[in-house]
Amino acid sequence: MDRFVFLTLDGLSRGAVYAAFALALVLIWRAARVVNFAQGAMAVAAAYVAYSVASATGSYWLGFVVALATGLLLGAIVDRAVMRYVDHTSPLNPVIVALGLVLLIQAVLGMIYGSEFRPAEAPFSRGAFTVGGLAVLSPYDLFVFGAVAVVVCALAWIFARTAVGLRMRAAAFAPEVSRLLGVNVGGMLTLGWALASGVGALAAMLVIPTELGLHPHAMDLVFVSAFTAAVVGGLDSPPGAVVGGLVVGLLLSYVSGYAGSDLTPLAVLVLLLAVLLVRPGGLFAPVAARRV
Amino acid sequence: MSERGDLLVVRDLVAGYGAAPVLHAVDLTVPAGTIAAVVGANGAGKTTLLRTISGVLRPQAGRIELAGEDLRGVPVERLVHRGMAHVPEGRGVIGELSVDENLRLGGLWRRDRADAARALDEVYQLFEPLARRRRHLGHQLSGGERQMLALGRALVGRPRLLLLDEPSLGLAPRVVARTMALLRQLRDGTGLTVLLVEQNVRSALSVADQGVVMSLGRVVTTAPATALRDDVDLRHAYLGF
Repeated sequence: MDRFVFLTLDGLSRGAVYAAFALALVLIWRAARVVNFAQGAMAVAAAYVAYSVASATGSYWLGFVVALATGLLLGAIVDRAVMRYVDHTSPLNPVIVALGLVLLIQAVLGMIYGSEFRPAEAPFSRGAFTVGGLAVLSPYDLFVFGAVAVVVCALAWIFARTAVGLRMRAAAFAPEVSRLLGVNVGGMLTLGWALASGVGALAAMLVIPTELGLHPHAMDLVFVSAFTAAVVGGLDSPPGAVVGGLVVGLLLSYVSGYAGSDLTPLAVLVLLLAVLLVRPGGLFAPVAARRV
Repeated sequence: MSERGDLLVVRDLVAGYGAAPVLHAVDLTVPAGTIAAVVGANGAGKTTLLRTISGVLRPQAGRIELAGEDLRGVPVERLVHRGMAHVPEGRGVIGELSVDENLRLGGLWRRDRADAARALDEVYQLFEPLARRRRHLGHQLSGGERQMLALGRALVGRPRLLLLDEPSLGLAPRVVARTMALLRQLRDGTGLTVLLVEQNVRSALSVADQGVVMSLGRVVTTAPATALRDDVDLRHAYLGF
């Protein structure tokens, strides 16, 4: 029972990060109909910039803020300088370009920082509190939950309640009509990329200290899990991404706790296949057809 | 320019998709505060004409002037600032957004937030059924309600010129008649200028001041709508009734 509680809490903590990263994928998918395979590499790049700033200034938090800003900026640059010029008539084109970006970013990071793992600092203790002899969450886990919750709520508020959120949704659903109504659709697309990439950078900052450390490939496996989470939730659904992230986090935690960590990549694959076979639209896909 | 001057002037407009133009040197003048109806068979270039005027399609040649100002190079999303509203083919209701969100979208570009809110209230008063369905999504509406939503969304921007693409499409005759009556009411009440394209020639000419007959990308005739209604030869040749 103790073990179950521990694995559940640990799974939720990892799942929160997957949720944030999956949310970033969903944001870009909704805005641009592109699965951004470069998101992991972009997020790692932001984390490296944070590492440089933190090393130079000695302030984790300055690095943290710079990472988010770099993420936002990188997203805008990728949209304006790269994706804007990709022919989107075939859905494969942006995917290939995104994969090219992964190689480019990882190679540049390797040239600047080298390919060794660099220890990444956590701003709070990772030692778990114990309640009645039972190890539960660490202060760092609470920080992860809090940060993801703040971002999820902020995004929900922006999209549901603000004028710019309404513009972004309209631009995504009906670009031509939106332009006729005075919406700067190109600008909304760039903003979508920036927001998504910022959220991705946050996820990288949260997850890297819990793993081997900073490395050009540090987000590769996280990307696979988060992509699965996004597909589980239905690529179109932000709440689905959050739930999907938590589900994937729990699954990985239980599988590695009860069956051995060698099996976790297999478990992710099985989940992905099962969802695609049983409910290809994802768990949160609208049931009724929506177009008339 | 005076209130009764020409609001929209189109000269020698050539436009289309790809190399082959759909419009061949189209001329069109719509005086302020009047309703002009562009009629003609399917494929005459009516929709292309509207899409070029609102900037969705770039003209290959010719001029488009709104209130004396050349619209060349003005991006589509800036045309609402010049006082133009375009209700596109199929009405353009965004099905994933609520009625209220669709309507608010029509006024988001405006600096004068207080007046945008007033305009929104006026639209809800004008279209009672929309006020009762504020929270419903666009795709849950009936055809008549979508029509109201599309028109209302355009009116929230308080346009000077309203471009309407086939407002009668898919609607019951009763709803079409109500729409046409509303256009007349808006023209008389607020001085709105309307350019509508229609395949439903009868109802279009019943509301319009001026009729423009198009065929194969050219304007064949421009005349007062009443004269077109009575011109039997023209009706047989181009309008099919």
